[in-house]
Amino acid sequence: MDPFFLEALVNGILLGGVFALPALGLNLVFGVVDVVWLCYAELVMVGMYAVWFLHTQAGWPLWLAFAACLPVVALLGLLLHLLVVRPLLNSPPINQVLATGGVLFVLQGAATLVFSTEFRSLGVDMPPMEVGEVFVSGTKLAAFVAALTGAGILWAFLKFTYVGTAIRAIARDREVMPLMGVDPQRIYLIASAVGGALAGLAACLLVVQLDVHPFVGLSFGPITFMICVMGGLGNMLGGFLAAFLMGLIISVGGFWGTTEFSYVVAFAFFILVMFLRPKGLFAR
Amino acid sequence: MSAALHQEAGSTLELSGIQAGYGDFQALFGVSLRVEPGEAVGVVGPNGAGKTTLLRAISGLIRPRAGTLRYGGQDLTAVPPHMLPGMGIAHVPENRRLFPHLTVEENLKVGAFTKAARARFEQRREHVFELFPRMKQRRHQLAGTMSGGEQQMCAIGRALMSGPRILLLDEPSAGLAPLVVQQVFELVRRIRQEGLTVLIVEQNVAQVLRVVDRAYVLETGRVAAEGRSAELAADPAIRRSYLGGH
Ligand SMILES: Nc1ncnc2c1ncn2[C@@H]1O[C@H](COP(=O)(O)OP(=O)(O)OP(=O)(O)O)[C@@H](O)[C@H]1O
Ligand SMILES: [Mg+2]
Repeated sequence: MDPFFLEALVNGILLGGVFALPALGLNLVFGVVDVVWLCYAELVMVGMYAVWFLHTQAGWPLWLAFAACLPVVALLGLLLHLLVVRPLLNSPPINQVLATGGVLFVLQGAATLVFSTEFRSLGVDMPPMEVGEVFVSGTKLAAFVAALTGAGILWAFLKFTYVGTAIRAIARDREVMPLMGVDPQRIYLIASAVGGALAGLAACLLVVQLDVHPFVGLSFGPITFMICVMGGLGNMLGGFLAAFLMGLIISVGGFWGTTEFSYVVAFAFFILVMFLRPKGLFAR
Repeated sequence: MSAALHQEAGSTLELSGIQAGYGDFQALFGVSLRVEPGEAVGVVGPNGAGKTTLLRAISGLIRPRAGTLRYGGQDLTAVPPHMLPGMGIAHVPENRRLFPHLTVEENLKVGAFTKAARARFEQRREHVFELFPRMKQRRHQLAGTMSGGEQQMCAIGRALMSGPRILLLDEPSAGLAPLVVQQVFELVRRIRQEGLTVLIVEQNVAQVLRVVDRAYVLETGRVAAEGRSAELAADPAIRRSYLGGH
């Protein structure tokens, strides 16, 4: 096979790994709380600024800045739930979407005020690695491994713990949960914090690949939503698989054309899927 | 072994003048009812009589508009519904409401969510497997793929995982084949032999009167009759309406 094509495939899979995290987080929150966090990519943006600030301005070692980013964004997810989502739990969905959409603009505005619109770079890069006849960016490979590790930890949490099992249960039947001794409000809080932590991890992986600016969410937010809808909103496994599909389409599309062209292909594919399988690729 | 199920005899459940409904619609018009520790009590009545509403009011899934609802000394209307399993009250809801996409064992795990129940998960799971050997065979199977009877067993097992002293059962025999209905009632009998208090809602009047000590007849939200099972089974009016008798 053409080594450049092979490289595009490998990069597509690596990219998919990074898309997978925000898709998992968004689906987790939607599945449990039944509210779409329209500002999800902006939570990632805040996390990217946190890492950039702590590392380049406060002088923290990178690993420490990464380690701090997760709880910071988890807390942000918690606050988002407590201050914005919870008061609107019984409101029509449109109000909920407008509210989390409002938070999107608030976060963009706040980031502009605090950090200006300048592009900020972390300035770290790992040397490329040669695997067979393919060159792979060390940064991307590390990000991929970290994303899969995060997804694996999430899976184990959902599969083996009491709270994780309750999270999978509540996604199916909310009303019956109190009869199990489960306080749904508490599960909502936990899911929101975990959703935030996943955005935090995604921020760590993205900030080494992208310059951060107040509107950086636009470069992966829309894709994340497309992935979630394609995989079936609330379907974690579907979103996870769709992330890799989207990563491959973008990467291989970029191999044949330009990056912009590849996003057009991805979007066209999304529309096609919506026509053929409106409930998502993996709906039964 | 029954110690695995429940810690002590429990308390009296007492409803007095309960009114409840949905929005503008009133379903219960002053229902009074009492269940002593160790008793098995039935609530029977036709479709739409308010039987499910009654159990939902006890569990706090809907709040009564008037009346008192006490368990032991506790005013249940002041307790958040998710605290009830911890107080020894478990509710097997209408239509079982299993989590069909989780395995049998995972369903049991959700039933053991409270802190106290987690500590005794294995002990109680073994007890449930003893009561329902079929559940042990099917422990790794998705609950939604089982037969109706098996799902009902699983739903009862899930409720037992919280270690209740009183079990509220909402039409456990609904939609099951006659032979399976027999098995379900046999189970209810065994559960109460272990010392559990049972409040069971049923449309299958003939069967349920053989299992319970006393029963209430609920008609359009009111208690139309009450008494010991044998008395009710012998009552001509009840025979005519519910037992197809003459
Ligand atoms: N969620 C609801 N909203 C509005 N009305 C309801 C609701 N649930 C039940 N009702 C009404 O309340 C009344 C009592 O219903 P309930 O379900 O308690 O009856 P039931 O005795 O359990 O009947 P069944 O034997 O059919 O289960 C019925 O008239 C029913 O239509
Ligand atoms: Mg009913």
